[in-house]
Amino acid sequence: MMTKQTTPSQDDIVLDVQGLRTEFLMGRQWKPAVNDLSLTIRSNETVAVVGESGSGKSVTALSILGLLPAQGARIARGRVLFEGQDLTQLSENQMAQIRGNRIAMIFQEPMTSLNPTMTVGDQIGESLLIHRGMSLRDARKEALALLERVRIPAASRRINEFPHQFSGGMRQRAMIAMALACRPKLLIADEPTTALDVTIQAQILQLIKELQEEEGMGVLFITHDMGVVAEIADRALVMRYGDIVEDGRCADIFARPQHPYTRTLLFAVPQLGTMGQGNQPVPFPELDAEGNEKPAPPIADSSIRTEGQPLLQVRGLTTRFDIRGGFLRRIQGRVHAVQDVSFDLRAGETLALVGESGCGKSTTGRSVLRLLEPVAGEVVFDGQTLSKLSKADLKTGRRQMQMIFQDPFASLDPRQRVGDAIAEPLLVHRLVSRADMSATVGRLLRRVGLEPAMAERYPHEFSGGQRQRICIARALAMEPKLIVADESVSALDVSIKAQIVNLMLELQASMGLSYLFISHDMAVVERISHRVAVMYLGEIVEIGPRAQIFGDPQHPYTRKLLSAVLLPDPSRRRMRRTLSIDEIPSPIRPADHVSPKRAYREAGEDHWVMVEA
Amino acid sequence: MTIATSSPRRQSAFWMAFRSNRLAWLGVALLAIIVFSAVFAPWIAPHDPLQQNILHRLQPPSSEFLLGTDTYGRDVLSRLIYGSRVSLVVGFVAILIAMVVGSAIGILSGFIGGVFDRVVMSLLDVMLSFPTLLLGLMIAAMLGASFENLIIAIAITEMAPFARVARAPTISLKQRDFIEAGRAMGFSDSRLMGRHILPNMLSEVVVVGSMWMASAIRTEASLSFIGLGVPPPTPTWGGMIREGFENILDSWWLAVCPSVAILLTVLALNILGDALRDAIDPKTRVE
Repeated sequence: MMTKQTTPSQDDIVLDVQGLRTEFLMGRQWKPAVNDLSLTIRSNETVAVVGESGSGKSVTALSILGLLPAQGARIARGRVLFEGQDLTQLSENQMAQIRGNRIAMIFQEPMTSLNPTMTVGDQIGESLLIHRGMSLRDARKEALALLERVRIPAASRRINEFPHQFSGGMRQRAMIAMALACRPKLLIADEPTTALDVTIQAQILQLIKELQEEEGMGVLFITHDMGVVAEIADRALVMRYGDIVEDGRCADIFARPQHPYTRTLLFAVPQLGTMGQGNQPVPFPELDAEGNEKPAPPIADSSIRTEGQPLLQVRGLTTRFDIRGGFLRRIQGRVHAVQDVSFDLRAGETLALVGESGCGKSTTGRSVLRLLEPVAGEVVFDGQTLSKLSKADLKTGRRQMQMIFQDPFASLDPRQRVGDAIAEPLLVHRLVSRADMSATVGRLLRRVGLEPAMAERYPHEFSGGQRQRICIARALAMEPKLIVADESVSALDVSIKAQIVNLMLELQASMGLSYLFISHDMAVVERISHRVAVMYLGEIVEIGPRAQIFGDPQHPYTRKLLSAVLLPDPSRRRMRRTLSIDEIPSPIRPADHVSPKRAYREAGEDHWVMVEA
Repeated sequence: MTIATSSPRRQSAFWMAFRSNRLAWLGVALLAIIVFSAVFAPWIAPHDPLQQNILHRLQPPSSEFLLGTDTYGRDVLSRLIYGSRVSLVVGFVAILIAMVVGSAIGILSGFIGGVFDRVVMSLLDVMLSFPTLLLGLMIAAMLGASFENLIIAIAITEMAPFARVARAPTISLKQRDFIEAGRAMGFSDSRLMGRHILPNMLSEVVVVGSMWMASAIRTEASLSFIGLGVPPPTPTWGGMIREGFENILDSWWLAVCPSVAILLTVLALNILGDALRDAIDPKTRVE
């Protein structure tokens, strides 16, 4: 195990924040967003600030950089010492000399942080021209060197490309190259890997770590993910509602978390293989108001009904999207989004579809519901072949299959009261009379842990977790047998995520629901699912019981995916010296492509693995 | 679990933005005066607008005839007040028709998409490529000069912009999850369009309506000016300008007064439209 042994002395201190208090104007009052925050970062040290949305972690970064909005925000108290200067006392011009030069920043969304009309090389060169007064030719040479340092393959060619020609991971590499251009003493990274797939996330973290060692930078790493903290940070500050609730060395925090909130954050990190041998879902531990762990709800005996036909049978499902181009808009290629996918789902069972972005897991869910028209394949739901139904019959046939989306705010009509949103499907299908409606809506709201009186409100008056509860209530209104949950908890904060997952488990136990649970979040998948299907480039490469997939993965891609998942244990950091720069391949094939017929071998009971041709 | 505190409705934020816009109140006041005089014309007008009096012809403004008289000795102020009725009714009704039909076409076109959308949009582009006045002139000439035909002609000419305005948000809204959620719950397309897409863009369409109403009033005046509007003797602003045009050199008030009336009405509507747009979407405000 390799951990850096630096003997910190006072001289090493890059950033020293003391008693920082940042306030925002709310109505007529100044309310603190960051309260009495102190932290020091030494060179070659990584300090993580961890918290959920609204914890003040991003405001901390903006305060340090002097990027708070000019109106409605102020630093009320505290000092931000960087190389002996108090940054809070500097003028905007003086700060501009420091930002992007001595202190660099990388953001969550690399696409919006890059200028789409400038080549990547020009953008990297820009800060060299401004801050280091280089000539155009030198700046270009340096930009090329930087792209090579962040391991962009064929850098001399790609330097002339535009951001949209880069993949998400490559864009983040380009952002890092820009940040490093002026050899900063301090790098502030605000959720730099949150929007990336797990395998790409691991690469980027590794890259930041290596570059830090080469440059001796201090890194301030802002994240909500304890797995990332364990992987990269030397010290961590846990923030909640603007206060620091825990502050210490990473190893200590993970070994002996002091504050209950830290423990909540830790529960959200995948344990991988520690869920035991059983295949029953395991609810998240919940904390009561005092911060003590509530006894986990007893795990129901298997909710799965094994007798009779499976509730959902999918056979050879294939969905493609045409890519047209040229003058006559001929088909030039096809996205093989879903390729020959087959699986069964029993009543009361949860099958998780996992994989990275573009693997076709969402398309599979939509094709099952026929929200997208599959090219081939058969979907039999409750004895009814959906693919044979006419459009009109589909409306009633789909009644018992509902969908819950990733973004609950987007999936509710902003101009509709939530009570009306829940009532609408019932009215359309004439399942409940108008007279009984408010009672039914009230019952559904109560069922998902909300108050019947909330029916009068609009979606924007609710928090993210409450909105997802509303979406669940709306889906339950139709008394479905199957719910397709497409990344339904991925956008929620970790503590809210735990509550929603537990609600879904409780509903499954009491109502016998089946879930097709589409997610990239292994921590959730590991808890919620009975069986797991791993998708790669539109195909299922491995499908089997949860314990088998997590405990004994067979397919190389499953192994790669699981090994990229970050564990909440700083002592198990994987220091792979060889940095992989693999990209996720594209599922676009030429128009005349004939997909090979795949064979599967049985690796255990009900555990199937694709055989490499 | 935290209970979301009841935040102010979007409407009240809209009102706060609108109320704080001082220029908007100028528009509201101007328009209120014009609408008031149109509604209460019989009580406000000092004379009968149709009463000819050859003895009083072409009198300059005086204490009896505040804005003078025309070639038939009719009171210009009274004709102006009655003329506002035609302008406002034609402007309002024509825009209402254009708004309803145009938005329906826009939503349908954007929602259905594909070849249908391309054909409809190409047709609308052809319509938009004609100058408004020329198109109105063609339709009015085809239908003949009457009050109803004038409204129809203006409604048709002003329809295309509404279709365009409605189509753009439809295309972005139909990709939103709540439309797909509606599909998954078995809602019909007409319900999705009418209950979920339309309410979410109504404000934009209404704002555009208030702006194009000014254009409709201008078109009405122009058509009346060239004799394709409401036939005489009904007083219309456009018609008054035409009659006054012949005597512009010696009796300037005949053409100037209705022109100023049109100017003020159009100005009031434009100010109001801008204020509404700013209040709905503060990002578009020009500082």
